[in-house]
Amino acid sequence: MRPALNLRTLVTVVLIAALVLLPLYTGLSGNRFLLTLFTRIVILAMAAVSLNLMLGYGGMMSFGHAAYLGIGGYAVGMLAHEGIDSGFVQWPVALAASALFALVIGALSLRTRGVYFIMITLAFAQMAYYMFAGLARYGGDDGLTIYKRSQFVAPVDLSNKTQFYYICLALLFGVIYLVWRLTNSRFGLVVQGARSNDLRMRAIGFPTYRYRLVCFVIAGTLCGLAGALLANQTDFVSPSIMYWTRSGDLIIMVVLGGMATPFGPLIGAVALLVLEEVLSGITEYWQIILGPLLLLVVLFARGGIDGLLTNLSGKASGQGRS
Amino acid sequence: MSGPGNHPMLRVQALAKRFGGIVATDDLSLSVAEGELHAVIGPNGAGKTTLIAQLSGQTTPDSGRIYFAGADITTLPMYKRSRLGLARSFQITSLFLDLSVLDNVALAVQAHTGHSFRFWRDARSEPELREPARAALARAGLSARADQPASALSHGEHRQLELAMALAGSPRMLLLDEPMAGLGPEESSAMVAMLRALKREVTILLVEHDMEAVFALADRVTVLVYGRAIASGTPDDIRANAAVREAYLGESEDAHV
Repeated sequence: MRPALNLRTLVTVVLIAALVLLPLYTGLSGNRFLLTLFTRIVILAMAAVSLNLMLGYGGMMSFGHAAYLGIGGYAVGMLAHEGIDSGFVQWPVALAASALFALVIGALSLRTRGVYFIMITLAFAQMAYYMFAGLARYGGDDGLTIYKRSQFVAPVDLSNKTQFYYICLALLFGVIYLVWRLTNSRFGLVVQGARSNDLRMRAIGFPTYRYRLVCFVIAGTLCGLAGALLANQTDFVSPSIMYWTRSGDLIIMVVLGGMATPFGPLIGAVALLVLEEVLSGITEYWQIILGPLLLLVVLFARGGIDGLLTNLSGKASGQGRS
Repeated sequence: MSGPGNHPMLRVQALAKRFGGIVATDDLSLSVAEGELHAVIGPNGAGKTTLIAQLSGQTTPDSGRIYFAGADITTLPMYKRSRLGLARSFQITSLFLDLSVLDNVALAVQAHTGHSFRFWRDARSEPELREPARAALARAGLSARADQPASALSHGEHRQLELAMALAGSPRMLLLDEPMAGLGPEESSAMVAMLRALKREVTILLVEHDMEAVFALADRVTVLVYGRAIASGTPDDIRANAAVREAYLGESEDAHV
């Protein structure tokens, strides 16, 4: 299919261009805060993209996805605390630990459906939260300061804010591309088939459980990468990185931006976090404004912002897509 | 029970299934010869869908055995039976409504082409999947609708797509659960023509309410009442069977007995 030049494509391209060019603007204007904010947005967008793989494409409503942010973050923090600050060790450990946790949690929780699945993923994530809160050696509740960011070979230097931003952005685009390839592969079609009609998938000959489990593990692993980045960005990691409200934020990003779309989670992350920033500057009670806005999107723009843009594009060109 | 000279493709032996106090399948034995179209009829609640569910592996029987092509499949999970060549269509249309019509059939093809832990290549551009899928759609008369979402099809087209998906894996045997359900007269006769074209090529167990269709298609008919086979024979035998007339056909106005 040839991508038509429509509103949806336009917004996506403009958003990507803005993200790529942002350091030029912040460099010229000296607005360091904006760069920090957007580094955080890009990292959380990566977590949302990973959640979208299982929630949007796989139909697995995990309410514990922030656990992998915590595991990835703590892998970096704990290793740094023990004097191992090589990124070549820290990051693979972050990914492997997230994958292993996802494998165990997924193997158990994927035997349940619906509300039970939501509750069991939430329960496991909270268990992880309290486990890290109980690690006295690593700061317990108060968390752990990271004095040295992950070390790679020169010229890579994560302490350089602009460079770190571009590394995060490149990884985000890499993850979006990876998820896009996955969802269009044989594996991706099986996962989407299982979301649509699991019984039928088994009837035509697919052992769906193992495909859903692999999808669960991939999503958790990718989120672990976002966790490792987040710990580097804040130079700090504490249990609050994986509190259940964070999992809720990730779900909101995916739903707001558009489930099962390649760029929806990125759009949702930018929209939610920028809105949060702007509204909290206006009033202390910004959630009173944010809440109804989210409600409007859920009620009137099913398919999120991405779906809304697609619909508007269809109307603008005089004919909707069938 | 099987026809002369044929070994049975499917053999069911003393099958039983209870749900609480309700007996859904009661000491049921039947066999279907290779190439045969065997119809199972019976009033509502006779346990026809429960039988299909046990044959396909969706439900486990309490006792009894099921043999497919000589192998005991009683405890095999659903996906393994499908891989052996035992395909099923659903009474209540069961499709991937948010995927395209072609994707629906291509998934059924994919199920029979090895494992699907293939993560990179675009599955929608693999001729190995798309060509057999297009062929199955053509056979079901749905070629023109290939790129529409499955949710855009009419009820009759959904039934055709069900069949196309069941056929896409080149099964040895089809379990068809009321393929005519909810079809208009024209769609119904198109479906009968399609099934007639399939006969011999693939063994079929047909559960159906539409008596006209059953008597037009079936080589053999088994009549279920309260989960028990009260009669089994050629369509002519069944028409002439007094117990059947009393238990079942008498209730049906358009049975043409």
